[in-house]
Amino acid sequence: MARVRVGLFVTCLVDLMRPRIGFASLKLLETAGCEVIVPETQTCCGQPAWNSGDAPGAVALAKKAIAEFEGFEYVVVPSGSCGDHIRTEYPNLLAAESEWRDRATALASHTYELTDFLVNVLKVDSVPGDYAGSITYHDSCTGLRSMGIKEQPRALLAKVKGVQLKEMNGCEECCGFGGTFSVKFGEVSAAIAERKCDNVLASGAKAVVGGDLGCLLSIEGKLRRMGNETTQVLHVAEVLAGRV
Amino acid sequence: MEIKSMSFKANAAGSLANVVLQGTLKNTKGKFVTKRAEAIKDLDDFEATRDAAAAIRNKVIDNLDLWLERFEQKALDTGATVLWARDGAEVCRLVTEIAKKHGVKKVTKSKSMLSEEAGLNQALEAAGIQPVETDLGEYILQINDNEPPSHIIAPVVHKGLDEVADLFHKVHGTPRKTDIPALTREAREVLRSHFLSAEMGLSGGNFLVAETGSVALVTNEGNGRMVTTLPKVHVVITGIEKVIPPLEDLSTLMRLLPRSATGQSISNYFSILTGVKKPEEHDGPEHLYFVLVDSGRADVVGSDFHAMLRCIRCGACMNHCPVYQTIGGHAYGWVYPGPMGSVLTPLYAGIENAIDLPHAATLCNQCGVVCPVKIPLPDLLRKLREKQTERGLRPLTERIGLRLWAWVAQRPTLYALAASFGARYLKWLAAGSDRIRVLPTAPEWTLGRDFPAPQGKTFRELYAARRKTASRA
Repeated sequence: MARVRVGLFVTCLVDLMRPRIGFASLKLLETAGCEVIVPETQTCCGQPAWNSGDAPGAVALAKKAIAEFEGFEYVVVPSGSCGDHIRTEYPNLLAAESEWRDRATALASHTYELTDFLVNVLKVDSVPGDYAGSITYHDSCTGLRSMGIKEQPRALLAKVKGVQLKEMNGCEECCGFGGTFSVKFGEVSAAIAERKCDNVLASGAKAVVGGDLGCLLSIEGKLRRMGNETTQVLHVAEVLAGRV
Repeated sequence: MEIKSMSFKANAAGSLANVVLQGTLKNTKGKFVTKRAEAIKDLDDFEATRDAAAAIRNKVIDNLDLWLERFEQKALDTGATVLWARDGAEVCRLVTEIAKKHGVKKVTKSKSMLSEEAGLNQALEAAGIQPVETDLGEYILQINDNEPPSHIIAPVVHKGLDEVADLFHKVHGTPRKTDIPALTREAREVLRSHFLSAEMGLSGGNFLVAETGSVALVTNEGNGRMVTTLPKVHVVITGIEKVIPPLEDLSTLMRLLPRSATGQSISNYFSILTGVKKPEEHDGPEHLYFVLVDSGRADVVGSDFHAMLRCIRCGACMNHCPVYQTIGGHAYGWVYPGPMGSVLTPLYAGIENAIDLPHAATLCNQCGVVCPVKIPLPDLLRKLREKQTERGLRPLTERIGLRLWAWVAQRPTLYALAASFGARYLKWLAAGSDRIRVLPTAPEWTLGRDFPAPQGKTFRELYAARRKTASRA
């Protein structure tokens, strides 16, 4: 069988803050037999512009990403939020331009969040990672409610030797990040994050794991400010891929 | 009602610092959510019922003028009078005129959010007519110097038991008590004489039935029945969007409204009131007035925010909203809090009077998935943000910052350079540790939490280096 050709959309936040999540995604896809290409010109999917009310900026960035990624068999994103922006919002925000709308719809139809792709397209039966300890999973809002990412990361984590999943209360509740919300209403955002962190700590898990770096930065930042130094905050790709 | 939405941020800070409020928010948060989750399990097909409810509401708001005329005709046939109010001031004028015409000195009221919008109590008082709130929550707020409600169905949810105990002791001059049934009994005793002496009763309306010219009322305390049947005059104040076509549609909507609101399969009282008292009937009002209010609603018809008119005022969106759960309703600064309020306040009270509200949401879509009529609240909030930007209402620094960022993000070489600089700058701020305590470029983030340090180089840099090494090998 020919190798599946995948374009990896790294996301701007992973590029800036946690390159290892990008490398972990790369490793997972390559281990599963994909040919992975990382278009060098990629920047941001444009979600911050769209959610801040800058439609022209969002449209320009959407067109850029479509041109960069439409040639791939699949596009994979290690984020439910950015993945959904491509999958759900690109066709919406380009609704007025029929040619671009069709290209957006075509791209949307083969764009996947990482864990969803591994489980539902590649149907992987093993992952390279190993992690000794208990994990609690934070369901990021957009991935969960818009892309249906719920069982996929759990199914994959169950394949990691040594992982014990401990569900926390309110795992589906928002962590308070909300993109620009976190820097516009910092105190409210942090107070919401505190509830999430209380639940993480109450679970007793060694690590809190999620699929969206924005949430993870908010949770890690709040845990440390609360004085917790021990709970690890990891992207699901990092746990699944092991050392990269 | 006075709009205090422009000071949302300061209001929110006050809410976070309010220990009593934080306690009540913590206590009630889980209750609303759990009860609703339990209640919707009764329905065989909750999702299909939501679709049906949304379709019913769409059918009306897509042809609102037509359905309003049908309702008006039917209501007139039952002996009611139908009046139209353009705005809150007109509501106050019409209701005051009705009261004066019938020589009314006292008005008992059951819950009406439109009366809050219009500031009706103040207008009645100014005209020498005494309004008495009879919903327990609203009554507590009224005797506390007309405090505004903080929730559309649980107006006093922000208050603790001790506050109510103190208030009753002070206002009623009775011994202080903290036993809830005893406090409730005390309120009933006070309200009883008002029920019997009021010449006019005023209610809101959950639905107006076009088929029969009726108003449907969903209540839990029985006060609604007293208000609408005892006085000789009954005035219904409601928004023009509340019409539903046939009576049968009520059953669909009523399967969702109490379940979504309080987690009840049906409210304690559910009344469908039609027309004035007939000669052979023993009770009911001799005069029935409908005051149907626009107050910004007609402008929403056919706009980008059309779907908002489907709202049936259950409060599920706020009960499930992480922001509402954290700061309560008063911070939103007007009649309607939470996600629905953050859409309605800019629409009804002016987009320029509520600049923060559309942004005061994480867009988590918890509101969208619980809304019984499937209003895409996050999309509407986002659309409002777009309107603000178009009208130049956002702060200049924010607008320039966003445009600049989007401009750079369209230029990969420049972007790579900026990202590489950004990663190093943040790494430098962390000064060798794994976190940044104060983030000068986004100080709000670090008010209540740290900002984790970046790895130091961007993915694209490391990836390029890795490719170079691989090709050399």
